[in-house]
Amino acid sequence: MEQKLIKNVMLLSGDEALARGAYEEGLVVAASYPGTPASEILEYLSKFEEVDAQWSINEKVAFEVALSASKHVGLNVAMDPLMTSAYTGVGAGFIIVTADDPGIHSSQNEQDNRLIAEVAKIPLLEPSSPSEAKLFVKEAFKISEAFDTPVIIRLTTRIAHTKENVEIGERKEVAQKEFKVDIPKYVMVPKNAYKRRLEIEKRLVRLKEYSENSSLNRIEINDKKIGFITSGVSYLYVKEMYPEASFLKIGFSFPFPEANAIEFFRKVKKVFVIEELEPFLERRLKELGIKFKAKHSSYRIGELRPEYIPNIVNGGEKKEEASITRKPVLCPGCPHRSVFWVLKKIKAVVTGDIGCYTLGALPPLGALHTCLCMGAGITFFEGMKKALHKNVAGVIGDSTFVHTGIPGLINLAYNNTKGLIIILDNSTTAMTGNQPHPATGVTIKGESTKKLILEDICYSCGVDNVDVINPHNVKELEECIKKRINENALSVIIARAVCRLNEKKKDSPPVYKKEDCKRCYLCLSIDCPALTKTKDGLININSELCTGCNLCIETCCFKALTTS
Amino acid sequence: MNKTDTINILFCGIGGQGVLKASEICASAALFDGFHVKKSEVHGMAQRGGSVESHLRFGTEVFSPLIPKGQADYLVSFYKEEQGRLKDFLNSKSIDLIDYLAKGENLIKDKRYINIFLLGVLSKYLDIKEDSWLKAIEKLLPLKYLEENKKVFAEGRKMVPRPPK
Repeated sequence: MEQKLIKNVMLLSGDEALARGAYEEGLVVAASYPGTPASEILEYLSKFEEVDAQWSINEKVAFEVALSASKHVGLNVAMDPLMTSAYTGVGAGFIIVTADDPGIHSSQNEQDNRLIAEVAKIPLLEPSSPSEAKLFVKEAFKISEAFDTPVIIRLTTRIAHTKENVEIGERKEVAQKEFKVDIPKYVMVPKNAYKRRLEIEKRLVRLKEYSENSSLNRIEINDKKIGFITSGVSYLYVKEMYPEASFLKIGFSFPFPEANAIEFFRKVKKVFVIEELEPFLERRLKELGIKFKAKHSSYRIGELRPEYIPNIVNGGEKKEEASITRKPVLCPGCPHRSVFWVLKKIKAVVTGDIGCYTLGALPPLGALHTCLCMGAGITFFEGMKKALHKNVAGVIGDSTFVHTGIPGLINLAYNNTKGLIIILDNSTTAMTGNQPHPATGVTIKGESTKKLILEDICYSCGVDNVDVINPHNVKELEECIKKRINENALSVIIARAVCRLNEKKKDSPPVYKKEDCKRCYLCLSIDCPALTKTKDGLININSELCTGCNLCIETCCFKALTTS
Repeated sequence: MNKTDTINILFCGIGGQGVLKASEICASAALFDGFHVKKSEVHGMAQRGGSVESHLRFGTEVFSPLIPKGQADYLVSFYKEEQGRLKDFLNSKSIDLIDYLAKGENLIKDKRYINIFLLGVLSKYLDIKEDSWLKAIEKLLPLKYLEENKKVFAEGRKMVPRPPK
């Protein structure tokens, strides 16, 4: 094996490499809302003094502030400014990073954001690996400045969360740009927008020519009998399985480099198009009237994998494999668990939201009944309440509440809706890796800042009652939920206790008296990883995992579980 | 069909066991030795007790970040039940280190060190210098637990006096 020893080489993920490239290129401002698999971009950038990095309250705000990074669904939140940013242009380098999640590892849906680039008429780059992510972000800044346009870089999970050798360079300082007043360009009223609309089309023609001459699109001629047109991580899967084939590797995929494709078809006999998710490249080639082979439509769903490629080439269908992965679960001692336990006990219909607490939907808890998008824990509650009238509660996490929950709460109050919203406040953005947010009073750089007081903002929205309760006090929590849920008032319970991942302190595990155990297994219904059934039907408490939250004691009517 | 000199290691376990940390140490050690390394995994739900797998590949030039099924050279399992799920990645020449999991669990009192024990075992099979392993351990583990980690790593190495070639 050939080994190369190079200085200044680090093992970086696609997220980190992209961030590094942007830093070296002189990036000044970066904004994001945490979301897997994009969170590490901002976390990496926050380490540099020269970069003003921020966790924004949501992706729309992040977009309007700076270089913006988000997961695929985050771009949906930012669609409004995104669509018109192509009209105004940017004045200085502006990059949008979307990290798509084919295979839905950690998301609520699967969407191919390459389609958004086309709809928004914004150029699109698709790196294949972390080292390319670094290279491409530098090129993206050049394109953005030269063409006065935002540029979208699309990563996918297997690029964002792959680490490889990445060479580190020096930062280049760039001169600060002045803001030049240009009302026809920056104020999008109908007449101005129409003129800019014409500019966009002219820009796309120039961008297509640029794409056709860009080194990001590369023809590799090897075996002329078989060739692949491919982009993103799919290129590496095909290269793995067919290293001797010819390739048109597309890195600059919108506007599509038609001339390169035509050249490739002239040189190679049989051409396959292989791309993950939607037939994005396929459609461009169909428009050119070229004959090629593409994946069976069943492969449009989910991730590609290297071993799929030969079957795709042979025209085969995808065989769905049964998922046998272990289900995730709320951590032992998680403060959300008791809230779900109480809601289940009173048979409430619960509209949910996005975060760790979405796990409250999984069996045996099964106590969260809807999850659609950020903020819907509150807005869905309103619809559900109008339909069912009673025994409905909406739950939302603290970070999600700040993200898009507040407008929904104002809507509830304004439209005189009564009922109960529970803010599951663990004082962090837990699922994505414990990032801070406005209600923590800490910035991404760890500096203290103005703290958003959740109680105050709830009252300001028009809520009648705000109760702050430690959810580890299960009896108090239960009483309060029972009192508020069907009351003729709009109430918010802030169930506040620190996320277990941010808490080192543990209490002693409960004591289990097997002679009192009636083997009803109600204690297992709280789905605590520290409690398991033994082979002889008894209960085992794993003292390493147990945090001593004592919720299981509440579930046991026979006093087989007691405090130590 | 793929490049024959790439070494493919599949790590698996459940959230919180240090699967990703172990593969990170191995990847760094390979990097220190001058190999091209790719390591791929999925984050997000990992800390919540779900299945965790990390694909690590190193060699002269690595293409795919994922190991193709049937091409893992080594399977390192931190949790017995997860190992069965990933047998499709093995072939007749693959080395499954599953037997060392039970040995480690008997030998190592504190379960948090099992990942480093298994790395010690793995290190005897791989063409990566011991110095690079130790450098990676020093770089990636907290100073407070460094001595204990090095001790456990050495215990793991002792388990494999002469790795089968």
